[in-house]
Amino acid sequence: MMLKNNKLRSVCLASLLALGIQQGAQAQISDNVVKIGVLTDMSGPYSDFSGKGSVTATQMAISDFEKKYHPKFKIEMISADHQDKADITSDKARQWFDREHVDMITDLVSSTAGLSAMKVAKEKNKIVIITGAGSSKITNAGCNDVTVLYVYDTYATGQGTAKAVVKQGGKTWFFLTADYVFGHSLETDATKAIKLAGGQVLGSVSHPFPSRDLSSYLLKAQASGAQVIGLANAGDDTINSIKQAAEFGVTPKQHLAALLIFISDVHSVGLKQTQGMYLTTGFYWDRTPETRAFSKRYFNVMQKMPSMNQAGVYSAVMHYLEAVQATGSDDTKTVMTEMKKTPINDFYAHNGHIREDGRMVYDMYLAQVKKPSESKYPWDYYQILATIPAEEAFQPLSESTCPLVKK
Amino acid sequence: MRIAIYLILLIIGAVLPHFVYPVLLMKILCFAIFACAFNLLLGFSGLLSFGHAAFFGGAAYVSGYLIKNLELPTEVAIIGGVLSAALMGWLVGILAIRRQGIYFAMVTLALAQMVYFICLEAPITGGEDGMQGIPRGSFLGLSLKDDLTLYYVIFTGFILAFLIIYRTIHSPFGQVLKAIRENESRAISLGYDVPKYKLLAFVISAAFAGFAGILKMLVFNFATLTDVHWHMSGDVVLMTIFGGIGTILGPVVGSSIIITLEDQLTDSAGDMVTVIMGVIFVVCVLIFRKGIVGESVALYQRMLGRKNLPQVK
Amino acid sequence: MIEIFGVPLMALYSQLMLGLVNGSFYALLSLGLAVIFGMLNIINFAHGALYMMGAFCAWMLLSLFNVGYFGALIIAPIILGLIGILIERFLLKWLYQVDHLYGLLLTFGLALIFEGYFRSKFGVSGETYDVPDLLDGPVNLGFMVIPKYRLWVIFLSLVVCLLTWFVIEKTRLGSYLRAATENPKLTQAFGINVPLMVMLTYGFGVALAGLAGVMAAPIYQVSPLMGSHLIIIVFAVVVIGGMGSIMGAIVSGLGLGIVEGLTKVFYPPLSSTVVFIIMALVLIVRPAGLFGREK
Repeated sequence: MMLKNNKLRSVCLASLLALGIQQGAQAQISDNVVKIGVLTDMSGPYSDFSGKGSVTATQMAISDFEKKYHPKFKIEMISADHQDKADITSDKARQWFDREHVDMITDLVSSTAGLSAMKVAKEKNKIVIITGAGSSKITNAGCNDVTVLYVYDTYATGQGTAKAVVKQGGKTWFFLTADYVFGHSLETDATKAIKLAGGQVLGSVSHPFPSRDLSSYLLKAQASGAQVIGLANAGDDTINSIKQAAEFGVTPKQHLAALLIFISDVHSVGLKQTQGMYLTTGFYWDRTPETRAFSKRYFNVMQKMPSMNQAGVYSAVMHYLEAVQATGSDDTKTVMTEMKKTPINDFYAHNGHIREDGRMVYDMYLAQVKKPSESKYPWDYYQILATIPAEEAFQPLSESTCPLVKK
Repeated sequence: MRIAIYLILLIIGAVLPHFVYPVLLMKILCFAIFACAFNLLLGFSGLLSFGHAAFFGGAAYVSGYLIKNLELPTEVAIIGGVLSAALMGWLVGILAIRRQGIYFAMVTLALAQMVYFICLEAPITGGEDGMQGIPRGSFLGLSLKDDLTLYYVIFTGFILAFLIIYRTIHSPFGQVLKAIRENESRAISLGYDVPKYKLLAFVISAAFAGFAGILKMLVFNFATLTDVHWHMSGDVVLMTIFGGIGTILGPVVGSSIIITLEDQLTDSAGDMVTVIMGVIFVVCVLIFRKGIVGESVALYQRMLGRKNLPQVK
Repeated sequence: MIEIFGVPLMALYSQLMLGLVNGSFYALLSLGLAVIFGMLNIINFAHGALYMMGAFCAWMLLSLFNVGYFGALIIAPIILGLIGILIERFLLKWLYQVDHLYGLLLTFGLALIFEGYFRSKFGVSGETYDVPDLLDGPVNLGFMVIPKYRLWVIFLSLVVCLLTWFVIEKTRLGSYLRAATENPKLTQAFGINVPLMVMLTYGFGVALAGLAGVMAAPIYQVSPLMGSHLIIIVFAVVVIGGMGSIMGAIVSGLGLGIVEGLTKVFYPPLSSTVVFIIMALVLIVRPAGLFGREK
């Protein structure tokens, strides 16, 4: 009797389990629609390297996916401007998750926007793939299990550039640092890397953010006699630093290394003043036949070449949709597990995979801006000097302060 | 009549979160408090401050710091934040009231910009990222985690702030302020210590602006640079003018409409939002100076006046 | 090497020169504000946006019509002046009878419109404008190497400022202006067309902003937000100088540029706020401003 009872119990349990598994295996896509939200900066300081271009890239990814897989589910996309404001971002994210039944939000350009959206996503248990923002906080103290940081972070661009430049012979450094958290963290990360690589930091000067006139700081950098001037700032400040460095004859005697710069910035300043500058990027349109193929299609729509963010959005959306296709589910945990399990190798990322802290690691590239005379055709801007292997490009997990990382 | 309007509004406010998205409503309420505080200054004392974002955002940062870094209870943080806003108001006030009119506006703007730079560069504020992940905690034993609970707490806070501001306006103190607004030299010759009155009005206004900022921080769990940026100071001016300067309900109406509009526009107009706000600003200033409430009251009085002519003022 | 507080004297001179360059822009802009304020009694909040439009105007002249820097130096201020006249005729005119604060609010709204429009049209990182060939390259002054163009900026703004001062304070036209400022009704009674003078004054003030914009274009990135960064500092400069005199606006503009430059040498973290701190001090000691008259 006892035995029978036990057996009965196990049969019950087994059937229950089977039921559970079956339910999990059934195409669990709510309403049979996968909805992707592109929350981006349409007009602000970051719109040039994300914005409408990111929307275009997402549309391209969706239509390519549909052509390739003929999925049984429908894919929809909505987009909005987060204006780089935390409250608008979290407002929109909440509304999208609650009412529009959005399954995944991507882009999110400023770190304010990224950090606030990932908090909402955690609360609502939905996925966020950040391709725009690059604060290291996202995968450190602020990390969570529903967020992927796909394209770059200040650690990778700052530290990557610094290490690589020292290797190229730029041993002595002077920093021009934007006087707020972002600038200082860029400087700290880069300084660490320089010292490790055997370089030397001669000094640094903090400038207010934003600064129109950086010439007096540049004169200090000039007086320091450093071989390399590290620009630990972003956007307009970087652009102004570059222009004024050329004006005061700081360059080309001393080299500039921008710790964070996008191809759209180089495009707007022009090669004359940016030539010789080192930078780290995850993507350059003219690197391989595959990147060229994608970029030319993109160019036909946008009349601009894609930045690493815009190309990254395409890759991220594709990776997400493929995970949905493979699991037949849009359940957050199922899809996240699949995305983290599957390596990423496409035109954008090589040797890519998503770590437990949410960081997508892949090969980055050290580039130098060409001289105007070397530029043969429009947008022929970078010379790729070296590949920074995935393991070296990003902050090692052992240094991460993310609680999800098991140590 | 007036009581009937207020009762209806009260009922609407109590029921609305069951139909409309509560977070949006809370945002509206916070800005309504902000605009009411601002209106106390502009509408009833005639002082145009272009730096109220400093108190709004500054207090949010202070409260956020008290909750997040010092782990103080929410009640204490709210009080601390309001006091800090009052203190900032006092500091800015003693400088700004030395000048009048346009100078007053420029001085407040410049001093607020200084607060902005401090919030940007100080190590504890998180710079561009802002102060993120500030927990809501609980209020008088009530957990604020749920949006609806928080809504009713904020709604109560709004009613409280509204009543206090209303009382202030109708008190003898408020009457003196109005006298100063109408004719400053006459108020001086009547023996009123005008600077003292102006300063007190400024401090009260700053304190309530801070209160509004703290509530907004609790709703969204963060304080960011947007809250201290001069655009925010401009927004509150717009809300007040749009609703009706110097009317009791104007700021509430103005903030409701502007915030709802902004919310709707982010989807459809995208990057043209600033332009649309600018156009509203210009139109208000040119042909709509009394604002929605002001114009409605004027219309109502005209209709009333036509019916029984002798009562025309 | 001679040092002051650990800063080499040479470096100090260089920073002084750079401060003077920034001061030139402050002076031009606060001069424009002062001229407008003197006549219309309003503070032109759109001044920063119009300065930005001046820079964009130069950029468009070059890229669309192939008009170079020196052409733009003449044409852009004229275009901006015309825009100013339109603003005065169609918008500001309606506000002369109400509180002057409405003028401030109206121009604030205009600033939002202009900035928002250029932002959505051109994006935020903006456009590049090259230094004209004639002024390209550095000059060695002995104590520092300075780009020729920066010297030109100091020179040109001094000339324009002094010329403006001369016209307003020393000529017949200027005396009409001052009369119209003091007592518009009486001046009108003497047969001087005051509304016309108001219109032209506003146009001239805006043209000065446009000129500053053209001069800034080769130094700073031509971007939609270049004006709003600057305008609040200029407001503080105006409060410090007081609106009493044209000379006051010029001197305080240049002076604060230098003070800011020195702060960058001795204590950079303060350089973004030093102007505001000075403003606070001036308000305590001399509420009417350094050159202002108590009304």
